Amino acid sequence: MQSQPRVNALNQLVNWLTTGVGRILVSLFVPFVTFLVLWRGFIFLRDSNAPQLIIVLVAIVWGVGGVALLYGVSNWLVEKLSGEWVRRLQPFIFIGPAVAILFWYLFLPTIRTLVLSFQDGLGRNFVGIQNYIFAFTDRVMLEAFRNNLLWMILGTGFSVGLGLLIAVLADRTPLEKVYKAIIFMPMAISFVGAGVIWKFVYAYRGEGVGIQEIGLLNAIVIALGGKSQPWLLLPPINNLFLIVIMIWLQTGYAMVILSSAIKGIPSELLEAARVDGANEFQVFFQIMVPTIQSTLLTVTTTIVIFSLKLFDIVRVMTGGNYGTNVIANEFYLQQFTYNHSGRASAIAIVLLIAVIPVMIYNLRQFRERRAF
Amino acid sequence: MSGVKSSQKGQKRLGSLFVNGVLILICLIWLIPTIGVFITSFRNSEDIYSSGWWTVFPHRGWVKVEEIRVPESVDVDQPFEIAGITADFATLRQGVTTPDGRKITWIGNKRSRLVVVEEKRWVGFSARLTLDNYRDTLSGKEIRFRDASGNEITRKGNNLGGAFLNSIAVAVPSTIIPILIAAFAAYGFAWLNFPGRKVLFTLVVALLVVPLQIALVPILRDYTQLNLNGTYLAMWLAHTGFGLPLAVYLLFNYIGSLPRDILESAFIDGASHFTIFTRLILPLSIPALASFAIFQFLWVWNDYLVALVFLGDQNRVVTSALAAMVGEKGQDWHLLTSGAFVSMILPLTVFFALQRYFVRGLMAGSVKG
Repeated sequence: MQSQPRVNALNQLVNWLTTGVGRILVSLFVPFVTFLVLWRGFIFLRDSNAPQLIIVLVAIVWGVGGVALLYGVSNWLVEKLSGEWVRRLQPFIFIGPAVAILFWYLFLPTIRTLVLSFQDGLGRNFVGIQNYIFAFTDRVMLEAFRNNLLWMILGTGFSVGLGLLIAVLADRTPLEKVYKAIIFMPMAISFVGAGVIWKFVYAYRGEGVGIQEIGLLNAIVIALGGKSQPWLLLPPINNLFLIVIMIWLQTGYAMVILSSAIKGIPSELLEAARVDGANEFQVFFQIMVPTIQSTLLTVTTTIVIFSLKLFDIVRVMTGGNYGTNVIANEFYLQQFTYNHSGRASAIAIVLLIAVIPVMIYNLRQFRERRAF
Repeated sequence: MSGVKSSQKGQKRLGSLFVNGVLILICLIWLIPTIGVFITSFRNSEDIYSSGWWTVFPHRGWVKVEEIRVPESVDVDQPFEIAGITADFATLRQGVTTPDGRKITWIGNKRSRLVVVEEKRWVGFSARLTLDNYRDTLSGKEIRFRDASGNEITRKGNNLGGAFLNSIAVAVPSTIIPILIAAFAAYGFAWLNFPGRKVLFTLVVALLVVPLQIALVPILRDYTQLNLNGTYLAMWLAHTGFGLPLAVYLLFNYIGSLPRDILESAFIDGASHFTIFTRLILPLSIPALASFAIFQFLWVWNDYLVALVFLGDQNRVVTSALAAMVGEKGQDWHLLTSGAFVSMILPLTVFFALQRYFVRGLMAGSVKG
């Protein structure tokens, strides 16, 4: 009997919480607690001296959980409103965060970079198109353009050519999967890691009694009776040694896409040609290549974009010295070594304009191909 | 007839031999650089500088069989007889190969009077392998190792162990957060009605063309003002921003093509959009989510530029730690090779474990700007 008033009070509390002022208070309280929890997490991550493993775990839980929590709470708030408003507001819960982040991280920066590209090094005064004049006429930039052209032509050419060759050849062997896995493997490796791998291949120890070359390339050259060389310091061929790395990384990509295109060619088509007496080369050049033409073009354009934006390999291998500079590395140097944000921005805009047409073509193709 | 047939068969066999030969050759070229790094990472630091990594395989190499002291009484400026041959100091200094396959070399200067006889024998069965390189490369403390001439060298370690943890702290949320946000947005664009839907979606996809470099400078300024540089949060947000256009586009294609009936029947049952999304759409989209997740994870794990700009020297991830190592310790190959493998181990595991998703994810991601 004594518990009766307590139950009543509880009922009252529940009533109060689900109507009027109480509801509003709860609606304010929940976001407030959410905010507090996230803020405490942020402070902990920033100031804590806990062991790194704990910080890493907390960071992952805080980051992922925080985003999920924000979605949950904001949706919970919206669903408290009347049906009409739910319909009106809910779409913004779904697309709002994506749109906001894209606005901050990509849309606005494009405009800000465009503005910066017309300003001086510190972004204080407008200097007209001076930065663009630099971008297109300076000796350093011209060298970078020349090298990017080399990367584009040789790197893309060899990646696509080799990829196609391997795809066609592997198609005829029972070990296809093994071969393809090996060629594709470098795609899992970072450019920095690939840089270390190839730097070791090109390693040079110099001359002297008792010095053994430990780099594979120099060892081969010596075994063939040549003299060891510091390969990465010899312009202009050092560019070729860097491009080899890109070919090593990108051939697998070209191979996989081209291989699936080749498998899509109707076998009757190939058989008919063979019955008519075409040899394998004729089948390849007159049937296969024309049939997979559009795929070939997509692969080529994708690798062209890759070669235009290439940065890590050059940065790690030579830092852009010894005549190996490329556009993206010059961007980095201008911004972070010479602190000239105007020139850096102009270079970035040039890069954007160079990429746009290729990208649009690619997207159009991509829609037809359907990735999933 | 049968003769023609068998010659055709022979030709076919010859052809397949040729095809496999070419493929094996290419695969070897592809694999050998990585194998070299892998083997080197387990070799003793002294050995790395005195011989190439290929010497760990059994091969025929010169092995010292005899040491001869040249007596003081011999005039070494004149040709003299030693170990069965006649030569003078200058020729011996260069090394003389005898007809029976021995090599005779004078070691050191004239006064040393030391001559070594070597013979070609099978060597390399007892390569000295060690895990010390990995211990040193993972450690952030002082490390000691021996160089080629046996001198002890002390260096500050690059703490790749810590960098590995940082990479995980950066990569896991940088993969999940954009997927979550993109899946919500894709659902919104595909199944919800609101003004400006088409325009917004076109804008989102159009942002695919924006190269990373465009965003770096303005965002860096914002981060400096917000004091976010060097934090995990800065990296998550940046990778989310740069990964979103592709993620929204891919997931939109997938979620938009799910049959309409599923949604409608759930809606009639009184489920809200939020419930439909979390209970129905997300589980149904797992193949697409997995493909994109693998692509994004590898992209973030292997990224160097974004980490370099927004993290700087704080909370270094494996790529930037490895790159810093190349700069500081360019000749310490025992550390560089083991460091490279530490940075590669996770992506390679993912690659071999989930090859099909991996290939699909990378194909889908190839349009990323």
